[in-house]
Order: sequence, then C-alpha cells, then structure tokens
Amino acid sequence: MTVMVEVEHLTKSFGALQAVNGIDLAVHKGEVLGFLGPNGAGKTTTMRMIAGFLSPTTGTARVCGHDVVTDPTAVKKVIGYMPEGSPSYDDMRVGAFLKFIAEVRGFTGADRDARVMRVMQRVGLVEVMEKPIEILSKGYRRRVGLAQAIIHDPPVLILDEPTDGLDPNQKHQVRTLIHEMAAEKAIIISTHILEEVQAVCTRAVIIGQGRVLADGTADDLLARLPDHTAVCVVVPAEASASAAATFRALPGVAAVFETPAKGGRTRLRLTPREKAPLIEAVNAAVKANAVPVFEVYQDGGTLDDVFRLITAGPAVAA
Amino acid sequence: MRNIWIIAKRELAAYFATPVAFVFIAIFVGLTGGFSFYIGRFFDRNQASMEGFFTYHPWLYLLLVPAVAMRLWAEERKSGTIEQLLTLPITTGEAVVGKFLAAWLFCGIALALTTPMWLTVNILGRPDNAAAAVGYFGSFLVAGAFLSVGICMSALTRNQIIAFIAGALVCFIFTMSGLDTVGNFLRGVAPEALVETLTSFSFLSRFDSLTRGVIDLRDLVFFASTMAFWLFAAVIAVDSRKAA
Repeated sequence: MTVMVEVEHLTKSFGALQAVNGIDLAVHKGEVLGFLGPNGAGKTTTMRMIAGFLSPTTGTARVCGHDVVTDPTAVKKVIGYMPEGSPSYDDMRVGAFLKFIAEVRGFTGADRDARVMRVMQRVGLVEVMEKPIEILSKGYRRRVGLAQAIIHDPPVLILDEPTDGLDPNQKHQVRTLIHEMAAEKAIIISTHILEEVQAVCTRAVIIGQGRVLADGTADDLLARLPDHTAVCVVVPAEASASAAATFRALPGVAAVFETPAKGGRTRLRLTPREKAPLIEAVNAAVKANAVPVFEVYQDGGTLDDVFRLITAGPAVAA
Repeated sequence: MRNIWIIAKRELAAYFATPVAFVFIAIFVGLTGGFSFYIGRFFDRNQASMEGFFTYHPWLYLLLVPAVAMRLWAEERKSGTIEQLLTLPITTGEAVVGKFLAAWLFCGIALALTTPMWLTVNILGRPDNAAAAVGYFGSFLVAGAFLSVGICMSALTRNQIIAFIAGALVCFIFTMSGLDTVGNFLRGVAPEALVETLTSFSFLSRFDSLTRGVIDLRDLVFFASTMAFWLFAAVIAVDSRKAA
C-alpha cells in the first residue's frame, strides 16, 4: 500500500488556543479515513492544514511526496478539497463555476468542457447546470462542492463533513460516490455521524483537544468498550429469575441486568468479566439447562459509546 | 500569469453578474460629465481642453473606487469561499493580482465610456488630443492606486462597509495631502522636509501634471510603486488572516 498522506506532528495554535496539538497520521491508497471528534476537537483545522489553507505552527504534512509547508501549490494540485459547508461563489451558475475550477486546475478547451460535463453527470448536476448556485437546495450545493473537489480526479480527497445537513437519500448518494472512488484514492472525511464510519470508512481516527485519541477500524474501536463481548438473551418473563441465576453462575459473566421487554418477555444483558468471550458459554448453558429463549445475540455497544468513552472519559460512558 | 488571468476573468464576470455594475458605471459617467460642465464650468472656460474634465476624477474615485474594491476579499471571507479559492493550486499573490486586475479593468471600462466627452470637445474645437490621452492614462493610474489601497483594506476585514470606509479614508488622506491649503496648514506645524515628503506622496499632485499632458518618469514610478506596495500589503493581510 502506498502512503498518500503523511501527517507529521502537526500543531496549530491561534494565540493562546492550541487547536491542534501534535497529530501524526498516515493514510494509504484505498483507505477511507473517518476523522471523528467532538466539535472544536481540531478536525477542520487539521484538514485545512493538510489542504494548504492554513500553515501549521509546527510540524508538516506530505501529500503524494509534496511537503505542504515548502511546496503548498504542488500539494493543492494533488488534493481535491471540499471545505465545511461547501462554500462556492453563489452568484455564479453551476456550469460556469465548475468551468472556472477546471481552468484553475489546468484544463483548457474541449478537455475542460468534457471534464465539467463528466463530473456533472457523475454527481447529478446536469439538470441545474444553468442555475445560479445561490438558488440551489442544500443537497445540490453539496454536490457542487463535491464536483469541484473531484473534477481533476485527484489521488487524495479531503471532504469536511460531506453529508452534514443532507437527507437520508442524499447521504446515501454521497456515500455511494465515496465508495466508488475509494479504491483509487486516499480519502479523508470528517464527520460526527458515527453510522457513517461504519458505512464508508475503512479506518477511523478519533481526535479530541487536538490529539489523536484512537486510530483503527470500526471493529478495533468497538473492541475498546469494556463490555464489548456482552450478550443479550430474551426469555419469557416467568423464566427470567431462573435463567438469570443460570447465567450468573457462568465463569465469564460479571453481572446480569434484567429489563422487561414487549410481549411478556424479559431481556437479560450479560456483561463480561475483563472482556471474556461469552457467546459460546451462554449458548452451551442455554442448551444444557434447557432455558427457553426467544433471542440470543452479542450486544457490544455502538460506536457512539466508544466515542463517548474516548472523548468524554469513562465516567460518562458507564 | 495564466492563473492571474483566470481569476481576473471570474472576478470581472462577477461584477457584471448583478445590476450594481451598471449602476456604478452610470453614476461614474454621469458625474464626470456633470462635474466638468457644472463645477468645472466647461462652457465658461471657452477652451477646447479636457483639463476641467479630469480635475474631478480623483474626487469621484475617492468614493467610487473603494466601493469597487470593498467586496474583493471581504466577501470571500464572509461567505467562506476564501477557503475554496486558496485551496486551489494558485498562490495568494496570483489571487490578489487577479482580483486587482479585474477591478482595474472594470474601472477602465467605466473610464472608456466617458469618451463621448472627448468626442464632444473634438467637435467643438481642436483640443490637444495627446494631452487628453495622457490625461486618461493618468486617471486610470489614479484609479489603480486607489484600488490597490481598497483591496488591501478589503483583505483586512470580513465586513464590506468597514472595507469601504477604511479604503475611502486612506485614499482621502493620500489625496488631501496634495492640496495647497493642507500643505500650507502643515507648514505651520511641521518641518518643511516632512511636509514635502507628505505632499510628494499625494496622488493629486502626481495626477495634476498628467492631466496637463506631461508624462514624468517619476510619476510613473510613483504610481507603480504605490500599487506594488499596497498589493504586497494585501497579500500579507490575506495570508495572515485567512481563518479570521
């Protein structure tokens, strides 16, 4: 795998505020990196520095071998960047705006026009190409932002909150587009929608207060939860006491929580002792003791829980 | 160069995207004519000369040019498009110069539309057309100098009104310092050398000799270096206050 983006101990301070505090990252070709973090964590600032908009206080980023501090223009050439909220010149028409971007990106004449047309077809802008950007809906405006970012088919794509404020259909379209491009590029997206990480990202980095707090696949991150291997068992309400006693006796089980469920059933949540794998032991126990069950499933928590655990501390996640 | 021209083309089109451009041109053309006929007493002078026409250009530019320049960066900042623009593979210098050229061309278009005045003078008499051409050139240079101040002020703020007022104020100072009344007043309170320096920085005194048809290399160097200085300051302002 080729390294496309290398971030080396990047810091940025605005006066007394330390927005980014020593971030190291490497993004490879074929990776879709999800950049997560609470608001104000430094996501946008980091992306702005990689894209060459802000200059780092210390540290640097290399994109396709070009150093953003010493040669920002070379870096900007190989990046497609969509700023947060995808601002574009509102009084321009969609087609004219994309033509302008294509020209700045170095395309001329028929090649330029063909590219503009191709990118408009790809993201679905052909029907509004003659409309001024200011009258477009949020979904279309976001597509304009995406179109300008991919018009030169860059090896590296940086998208700041690409699906923020879109409806579920539009989100799906954007994610499909990212999926389609993922194999050929290195893509960094920032988001605070955690389902998005599972939907499109091959890797997630959680940052908080300007530092990398966690880096791994969605599964890696889920494994960080203390009750990652927890199991839920749904039993008839009248059998819940005896079932709970059976499960409590299992060696890996730390505690059993009973909550009533619909239709005269009870849900038992079995939390593990020190991340012990439970599901097989529970299955065996169900069989051996002929516990009447409706459902048995692993319930290790969600990325939301991981996010809260990592960015707000264990007290909140518990 | 290529990037500068692409930026300039977009900016120039942006001026004409709204009716404001046409209103501006109408006001400029109307006022230059009005000033030379009513205040410059064009007919009473009984001379086939353009001097009375050019005299009031700096005073008109004082209000109109900062209005042309105010949106150039303040708007980019306010709408966030500055992030879009400066993550394209161009330098800040190219962006500043491109925007400046677009605004200067726009002023040039407005100025070019005053040529019926020149034609009128030619119908009424035999003016010194070479002098008139130099006058136009000088007027264009003054507009450029005012614009470079205006674009720098626009780069310092996200508020167009502030950019306008600051631009007009700085241009006003550079214009007024050339008036005799101001010079005489300063002579009373400041040493002669300082007054000389101040008045020599005035756009007005430089422009005066050009309206009479005199091209002095020192005046050309003055306007060129004034524009270079303010544009350079604008580049620094844009770079240092990108995220503000």
